[in-house]
Amino acid sequence: MSTLAPERAPRSEQPAPRRSASRPALVERVRDVFTSPKSGPVLVTAILFVAVFAVGGVRYPAFLSGQVFLNLFVDNAYLIVLAVGMTFVILTGGIDLSVGAVVALSGMIAASLLQSGWSPGVVIPLILVITSVLGLLVGLMIHVFEVQPFIATLAAMFLARGLCYVISQNSISITEPTFVALAVTRIPLGGGLSITPSVVIVLVVIAVAVWVLHFTRFGRTVYAIGGGEHSGMLMGLPVARTKVIVYVISGFCSGLAGVLFTFYTLSGYPLSAIGTELDAIAAVVIGGTLLTGGFGFVLGSVLGVLVLGIIQTIITFEGTLSSWWTRIFIGGLLLVFIILQKVLTSRRR
Amino acid sequence: MKTLVARAFSSRLFWPVAMLVVLVVINVIAFPGFLSITVKDGHLFGSIIDILRNGAPMLIIAIGMTLVIATRGIDLSVGAVCAISGAVACSIILGSSDPGSITTVATAVAVAVVIALVLGLWNGFLVSVIGIQPIIATLVLMTAGRGIAMLITEGQILTVNSPPFKAIGSGFALGVPIAVLIAAVIFAVAALLTRRTALGMLIEAVGINPEASRQAGVRARGLLFAVYTFCALCAAIAGLILTANQTAADANNTGLFIELDAILAVVIGGTSLAGGRYSLVGTLVGALVIQTLVTTVYTVGISPIVTMVFKAAVVTAVCLLQSPATTAAIGRWRRRLAPRVAVEVAS
Amino acid sequence: MLDTAQARPPAPAAHPEPIIEMTDVSISFPGVKALDRVDFRMFPGEVHSLMGENGAGKSTIIKALTGVYGIDEGTITVNGTAVSFAGPAGAQEAGIATVYQEVNLLPNLSVAENIMLGREPRRFGSIHWKAMRARAAELLAQLRLDIDPASLLGSHSLAVQQLIAIARAIDVDARVLILDEPTSSLDADEVAELFRVIKNLKEDGVAILFVSHFLDQIYEITDRLTVLRNGQLVGEYLTEELLRIDLVQKMIGKELATLDDLSTRVKQTANEEDDAAVPSFVVARGLGKRGTIEPIDLTIGEGEVVGLAGLLGSGRTELARLLGGIDRADAGASVTIGGAPTKLRTPRQAISKRIAYSSENRREEGIIGDLTVRDNIILALQADRGWFRRIPKKRQEELTRSYIETLNVRPANPDALVRNLSGGNQQKVLLARWLAIAPRLLILDEPTRGIDIGAKAEIQKLVYSLAENGMSVVFISAEIEEVLRLSHRIAVMRDRRLVADIENDGLTVDELLALIADGSAVDEPELPATTTPQRGDGS
Repeated sequence: MSTLAPERAPRSEQPAPRRSASRPALVERVRDVFTSPKSGPVLVTAILFVAVFAVGGVRYPAFLSGQVFLNLFVDNAYLIVLAVGMTFVILTGGIDLSVGAVVALSGMIAASLLQSGWSPGVVIPLILVITSVLGLLVGLMIHVFEVQPFIATLAAMFLARGLCYVISQNSISITEPTFVALAVTRIPLGGGLSITPSVVIVLVVIAVAVWVLHFTRFGRTVYAIGGGEHSGMLMGLPVARTKVIVYVISGFCSGLAGVLFTFYTLSGYPLSAIGTELDAIAAVVIGGTLLTGGFGFVLGSVLGVLVLGIIQTIITFEGTLSSWWTRIFIGGLLLVFIILQKVLTSRRR
Repeated sequence: MKTLVARAFSSRLFWPVAMLVVLVVINVIAFPGFLSITVKDGHLFGSIIDILRNGAPMLIIAIGMTLVIATRGIDLSVGAVCAISGAVACSIILGSSDPGSITTVATAVAVAVVIALVLGLWNGFLVSVIGIQPIIATLVLMTAGRGIAMLITEGQILTVNSPPFKAIGSGFALGVPIAVLIAAVIFAVAALLTRRTALGMLIEAVGINPEASRQAGVRARGLLFAVYTFCALCAAIAGLILTANQTAADANNTGLFIELDAILAVVIGGTSLAGGRYSLVGTLVGALVIQTLVTTVYTVGISPIVTMVFKAAVVTAVCLLQSPATTAAIGRWRRRLAPRVAVEVAS
Repeated sequence: MLDTAQARPPAPAAHPEPIIEMTDVSISFPGVKALDRVDFRMFPGEVHSLMGENGAGKSTIIKALTGVYGIDEGTITVNGTAVSFAGPAGAQEAGIATVYQEVNLLPNLSVAENIMLGREPRRFGSIHWKAMRARAAELLAQLRLDIDPASLLGSHSLAVQQLIAIARAIDVDARVLILDEPTSSLDADEVAELFRVIKNLKEDGVAILFVSHFLDQIYEITDRLTVLRNGQLVGEYLTEELLRIDLVQKMIGKELATLDDLSTRVKQTANEEDDAAVPSFVVARGLGKRGTIEPIDLTIGEGEVVGLAGLLGSGRTELARLLGGIDRADAGASVTIGGAPTKLRTPRQAISKRIAYSSENRREEGIIGDLTVRDNIILALQADRGWFRRIPKKRQEELTRSYIETLNVRPANPDALVRNLSGGNQQKVLLARWLAIAPRLLILDEPTRGIDIGAKAEIQKLVYSLAENGMSVVFISAEIEEVLRLSHRIAVMRDRRLVADIENDGLTVDELLALIADGSAVDEPELPATTTPQRGDGS
C-alpha cells in the first residue's frame, strides 16, 4: 500500500488541506477520462468501432447502410448474450470457459426434444433452467470448494461437450414450425430495414443487464467483488451469494445464447460453437472490462462484439482477405487491450 | 512394512497410480488381451503400445506444462502452437522439390521448432517482463495462433506425402513407435535438466514463494522465459507428431483441446495449479490415466467422443479432492480418528 | 495476567458507563494463545489506544471487536448487552465501525458508493443514485471534505480515502469507531486533518479506538491507553498520567537474564576496541526512501554488531530492507562497501556483495515452506551460482549436515519439509541459508521473535560468535535487553528517523528506553513525573 503514496491522479495533487473544488480544465478532464481504467478502454473501443465503420464506408459503397449495421446484431445476437453473461463473471474477476460448450448443448437439447415432438414453449424454458443449474453447480464448486474458476468451468465445458455427444453424434436439423417461424421472421423497421426476433431478445437482455449491474445492490456487489473481495466482505456485502449467482447468470445467458444460436442455424450439432468462449472473452476485454475484475460495462461488451462483428464484415467485403485474419485481428486487439489495461491500472496503483 | 504402506498412502503419486491401476483392471476384465504385447515384423503391437503412442503428444505437452504450472503459471497457447508448427512443417515440405528427402524434413522440423521457440519467448515476455497474468497472456496466442496457422496453410488442409515425415508420427525404431521414443527423450531431458541442475529447485522455489525467492536472490524472470519457451518447444514437437500421424496439417483441428488434456494430466499427477512442487513422474502417470481412460471408454463399448463426460468427472473429482475445504474436512476426520498420533507428531 | 491487581483509572465523568466491555477474553489459534484472559473497555467520547509490540494481541482485539474472529472464552458487551458477532456485518449492526490501515474500500467504485454501499437509498427497487450522491455529499461536508462524490475512489490520495472510510463509518451511526493505524501513510497536514475529524467525533460522544505506532500522535490525541504484551493485559492507563518512558517499558517488558556472561563479554570486547578504531565495512550516506524513512547516515564496522532499536513502525525494518537491497533506496543515497561505491538495488546485488538480509516475516518472505530443509539452506548460495552450476550433492549434504549440527536444527532431517518445523527451527534454517553464502554483513530482522527461549539463546550466542569472527551484523529486535546484550553500537530509530547512534558502553535499559521513547535521556519536564502512579508491570 505504501507504493500508493507518490504517484496519484491529477485531481488529488492539490495538496491544500481544505481540498478546494477547483475544477480541472477541459483538457485535463478529457485526459482523465481517457486514462481512467473505468472509461479509457471502452472509449478506445468506441473510437475504433467508428473508425472501422468509416474505413469500411470509404472503401465499399454498400458498407455504410443501416442494414449492415443491423446485421451486426442479427448475426451476432448469440455472441452478445454470451458476452453479457461473461461480463458479470469477469467483473468479479472470474472467467467462464464453458459457455461455448453450453451453447452447443442447448442447441442439441432443443433439436432433439423438438424432434421428438416437444413444444418450443416447454423446451426453451427447460434449456434455460438446465443451463442455469449447471452454472449454479459451477458457482458452488468455485465458492465452496475454492476451485479456481478456470478449472471449474473447464470441467463444465467437458461435461457439456460430452453430453452433446451423448444426445447425438450427428447434426439434428429443426423443422418444428413455431421454432422455425421464430427463427426466420423479419421484423420490418421501415426504409427496407429489418431485424429478427433474436435482436429484440438481445436488446431486452442488454437492458435488463444494464439495469441489474447499475441499479441493484446485487449489481454493485458484483463490481465490489472485482474491486476487492475482502474489502467487500468487510463492508458487510453478500460476497459469497453474489459470486455464486454470477455463474448462474452466465449459465442462463449461455442457454439463451444457445437458443438464439439455434434460431440462427436451425440445427443442433455437437461440434458447434467451438472456441466461442474465446470470442466472448475477447469481446468483453475489447469492450473495456478488466480481466482482473472491477471495471467494465455491459454496453462496452456489446460494443466489443460489434467490433468483432464489423471486422468480420469488412473481411467479407474485402473478399481477398481470408477469414482467418479475423482470428489474428481478434488476438491482436486482445493484446492491445490487455496491455492498455495493464498500463492504465499500474499507473493508478 | 506399516511405514511403507503409510508412505505409499501419503505419496502424491498414490491417487493417480491407483486410478491407473483401476483403469487397467477394468480393461483386462473387459478385454483379456489388453496387457499382451505382440511382435509383428519386429515392431511391438498391443493396446498398451497404442496407449503410449496415442498419448505421446499430450504427454510431451504436459511435461512442458508441468514446469510452467510449477512457476504458478499456465500456458493456454500450446494447442495453437501445435497447429502452427504442423502448418509450418507441412508447408515447407510441400513447397520443396523433394518432399521425401530427409534434408527437407529436417529443415521443416528445424524451422517449425525455431518458430515455436519465438512464440515461447513471446509468452515469456508477456508474463515476466510486462507482468500480465499467465492465463491472460497466453490467451492472446491461443486466440490468434490458429489464425496464424490458417494463414500459413492458406486455409487448406495440407496433405504431405513424405515418408520420413510420416515416420515421426507412425514409424517405428528399435521396434518401438518413434513418437513414444521422442516422448521418452523429452521426458528424460526435462528430468535431467531440472533435477541434475538447480533449475527444478529454483522453479519450485519461485512457484511456492516468489517474494522469499526474490530475497534469496533467485531471478524469476529468466526462469519464466525458460519454462514458457520449453513449453512451446514441447508443443511444437507434439504438433509435429500429430501432423505427421495424419500426414496432414489441419490448422483448425490439430491439437484442439490438447491444452486442456495436458493441464488435466498435470493436475491428476499431483502438481498443484497453485504452483510449487511438481512431479514429472506424476505427470507421466496423469497422461497415462487420461489416455487409458479414452481407451477404456472405447473398449467398454461406449462411443469414444463421450470421453469428455468422463474427463469432466475426473477434473471435478480431482479438484474436489485437492480443495482446501476437503483437505480441512479430512484433517478434522483424521484428528478425530487418531488423536494419539497427533500428540506423537507434535512432541 | 501481569497486572490484574492494580486498580483501573477512573471512568470519565461525562460517560461513566463503558460502551464496550471485554472481560476475560481469550482467543487461541493452533499453537498460539493470541489473547489470554484480557480485559478491555472503551468509553463514549474518549479516544483510546491499544499499545503493544508485535504479537501483543492488538490486532486480535480489533478483529474480535469487528466480528472477524470469534472469541473462545470471556464476554463482550456493547452498551451493557452481551453480544456475539456473526461476522463483520454483525459488528456493524451493533454500531462498531472500522477503518483499516490498508483502507478496505473499493478503488473501482465512486466515492459515494464507497460511503453508501450496502445501504444505498432505493426508489422503485432501483438504486437512487441522486439521493445516494446527495447523502454522501452531506457526510463529506460534515467532515469538511470538498470532493466530488461521483469521482472514483481510486483517484484520491490515501489520506482522503482514509477520511472517506470514516465518512462511511459515521454513516452507519457508529457509536464505536476503530481506526487501525490510520496515520501510517499520511503526512503531517493530513494527520492534522484526521485529528480534527477525530476530535469532532469525540465531541459527538463516539468512542474511538486509535491504534498507531507513533508515540507523538498517541500523546496528542488519546485519552486512555491499554497496554498489551504477548497476548496478556499489562494495564489500562490515562494517557496524561503515563510517562512515555514508562509506556515504552510496559510495551517492551523485560526479559529474564539468560545471557549474563555473554553480555559482560560483549562489553569487554567493546571496551578493548575503544581505542583502536574499527575499520568500517559499510558506509551509507543519505540512505532513505520517500514515504518510508528519512535519509539516514550509518556506518557499520567490520566485526561490529549494530543494534537497531526502536518501536515497531519506527523505521528499523525499513532501514534494514534498504541495506539488504530488498527495497530500492531513493536517488541520492550513497553506499560504499569496503571503500568501493556500490548500488544495492536488488537482493541479488546485495548478495553478490555478501550482504544477507533475513526478513522479520519468516513465513512470507523467508522460508520456502514446501521445500526441504536442505533446499532451503542451499537456496541463496545456489541462486548466486546460477541454474546450471548445481552445488554437488555431496557438498549439499555437507553444508546441510554441518548447519543442522551447529545450529541444532530439530528434527535433524535434511529431507523434512520446512513448513513442518517449529518457528525457532525455521528461523535456524533461514539463518543457515544466509550463513551458507558466507556473508560479510548479516542483517537479522527480529530473528528471535516468536521462538522459544532455548532457540533464542542459541541464536544470540551465534550472533556473538559470528561477530567475533569478523562478520558485521545488524541486529533488530523488539526486546531491548537482547539488543543491549548483543550490540557494540546501537542506532535508535523513532518515527522514521535515526535519532541516536551511540556506542553501547555501559548503556542501561532505562537510558535506551528513554531514547526510544523521546530521543533524549531526560524526562519531559511538563509531564507530572512525581505524581505518576507507579504501577508495577511484573518486573
